[in-house]
Amino acid sequence: MLQTAQRTAKSKTKKAASAPSHKTGADKAAPPHDRFLEAFRWMLLTRTLEEKLVSLYRGGLITGGVYIGKGQEAVSVACGLFLQKGDIFAPLIRDQAGRSAFGEPLLDVTRTYLGSRLGPMRGRDGNIHRGHPRNNELAMVSHLGAMISVTVGTLMAKRLKGDKNFVGLACIGEGGMQTGSFHEGMNLAAVEQVPLVVVATNNHYAYSTPNDREFACRDLVDRAIGYGFEGYSLDGTDLGACLDVIGSAVKRVRAGRPPQLVVASVLRLSGHGEHDDASYVPEEVKRQPFARDCLKVAEQTIVDLNLVDAETLGKWRKDAIAQVEEAIAAAQQEPAPEGDKEDWCALSNRGLADQPESPE
Amino acid sequence: MSITYLEAIREAQAKLLRDDERVFIYGQDVGGTFGGAFKATKGLAKEFPGRVLNAPISEDAIVGTAIGAAMQGMRPIVEMQFADFSSIALNQILNQAGTHYWRTNMPIPITVRLPSGGTKGSGPFHSQSMESIYAHYPGLIVMTPATVEDAYTMLIEAVAIDDPVIYCEHKYLYYHLKADQLPEKGLPTGRARIAREGRDLTIVSYSAMMQESLAAAEELERDGFEIEVVDLRTVKPLDTDTVLASVARTGRLLCVGESFPWGGATAEVIARVTSQGFHLLDAAPQRLNAKDTPIPYHPNLWSTHRPNAKNVAAKARQLLRE
Ligand SMILES: Cc1ncc(C[n+]2csc(CCOP(=O)(O)OP(=O)(O)O)c2C)c(N)n1
Ligand SMILES: [Mg+2]
Repeated sequence: MLQTAQRTAKSKTKKAASAPSHKTGADKAAPPHDRFLEAFRWMLLTRTLEEKLVSLYRGGLITGGVYIGKGQEAVSVACGLFLQKGDIFAPLIRDQAGRSAFGEPLLDVTRTYLGSRLGPMRGRDGNIHRGHPRNNELAMVSHLGAMISVTVGTLMAKRLKGDKNFVGLACIGEGGMQTGSFHEGMNLAAVEQVPLVVVATNNHYAYSTPNDREFACRDLVDRAIGYGFEGYSLDGTDLGACLDVIGSAVKRVRAGRPPQLVVASVLRLSGHGEHDDASYVPEEVKRQPFARDCLKVAEQTIVDLNLVDAETLGKWRKDAIAQVEEAIAAAQQEPAPEGDKEDWCALSNRGLADQPESPE
Repeated sequence: MSITYLEAIREAQAKLLRDDERVFIYGQDVGGTFGGAFKATKGLAKEFPGRVLNAPISEDAIVGTAIGAAMQGMRPIVEMQFADFSSIALNQILNQAGTHYWRTNMPIPITVRLPSGGTKGSGPFHSQSMESIYAHYPGLIVMTPATVEDAYTMLIEAVAIDDPVIYCEHKYLYYHLKADQLPEKGLPTGRARIAREGRDLTIVSYSAMMQESLAAAEELERDGFEIEVVDLRTVKPLDTDTVLASVARTGRLLCVGESFPWGGATAEVIARVTSQGFHLLDAAPQRLNAKDTPIPYHPNLWSTHRPNAKNVAAKARQLLRE
């Protein structure tokens, strides 16, 4: 699987969180395994960040929920990694790795979780409900399935404007795949033949609901045919496979192939959110192959193939911790929004704001 | 020359497509040679190739798509085949379009056209007036044009506005209203219009209920009453000042709307006038809405279900006696 990292998709020039550099000890492997190692470092950064967020949450320092992507970093990072400037990314709740790889600064994350007034959501929305639509990172609404058609719309607009060489990638869970909104969006994407990749991560649970109460088809990937998508299955615990399958899907839509559906299999290695102990997941499920921790599997590959030495791995780990600490410390010092200073206007056109009460 | 309310809507869209390359029209059956269930886009697909696009029966995805396109700088006009079916798109309109500027600082300039309101024989699912639902949610502007001129200028204005606009066009007015010509410019958005001056009682209304209110006012004129009729034009923002100024002249207020009676535009007007202009009132303000049942099919039932000139006049008379 690792040979897939040889694919030479263009590297993004600007990374907001400091991008992994590949000056590693593993010279012999450096060029072909660049992508794998870069992806691994985003995964490591994500895991480090999310573990830290969890501990802040446990310490009562985060208001609202914390939702992490533990066990899904390999799929997610591949979603962000192959997108270029001008591409559209519609991440969901477990896509920190993808968001970072796409270019979301760590400070966006910590500011949003910690309620800084200076963050992209300014305390008006929290946790994973964030984005930078001007940078083509769409800001998800909670309502699952609703971001598919929005992504389709961004791509239709680009086509109408005459833009070239753009793609969109939208993420979804197997739970969200069961909404009407998702179905409408998929169908429309195929009708319009927009360059869209939909990456569905079946982590075997929607909150506490297991697959057998979610759908009754043999395999979710079979739905691709029904929609007019091309469908691919993926072992989401295998980073090499994720890079290969998702990278190829992105390449295919860029080359004008029909929309692509990738269905990845993993286990959610956390509660639905950090308030949830996931005690409903039976031990037997945790022993399944799809329950492997993709980060550990990737690290083992690095060690087995001696892609970088232990010292380098240690350095990367330290670097991730430092970046996370810095982003948290910065956000913690920033001002919180204040109710009586807030601009309570939901329209950009202030003159058209309704005035339910008299000015006095 | 004579131009109908429906033709005004078509003309406005033709002008928008002509003047602004960011504009496109998206909806069921709007394209091809068909031009929409009511022909509001007739001929536009031919005149503007690739910019009047047929969509599948997917209201949620149609609005979602328009929202995505707006994020990329386009100015989509969505045609719902009937206002009633916008219930399927409620999530995209309220939770996506309505929240986006507040959350992210990026406004969503979409216009959603809702062929609204009752016509004879249309029944529970092709007759609804949904302005009150949309007005309830933040982040949306809700237009309810009552004249041919407003149908034209307000639609042009709707597309120019950076925020999402719900444009409620009344199906009963499509063919019933005619004007000699289309104006260049209308009143500013958010400004109500005094459609008829009077000093005995104020009727506040909008959309097709303006016709009933004006007819009632004429009937009452024969009995010597001078009724002032205020056309809200947009139910959100609501021009409270113009309403209050009118009530200051007349001392009596009746609000007439076609949506269901629990809450809604008429209740909002009365709430504002009572809280801000209690001292102006000589009698308790009243309102008339559709009945609190689904909208009936049969013409006899339908014409009783919605407010009409007769019961508007009766209610006004009652209020004038107080
Ligand atoms: C339309 C809708 N209904 C309910 C919810 C509440 N909810 C949030 S996440 C979630 C489970 C989602 O499961 P899945 O799509 O498989 O994603 P996962 O959490 O497993 O990544 C639910 C039910 C929601 N966000 N949207
Ligand atoms: Mg799931």
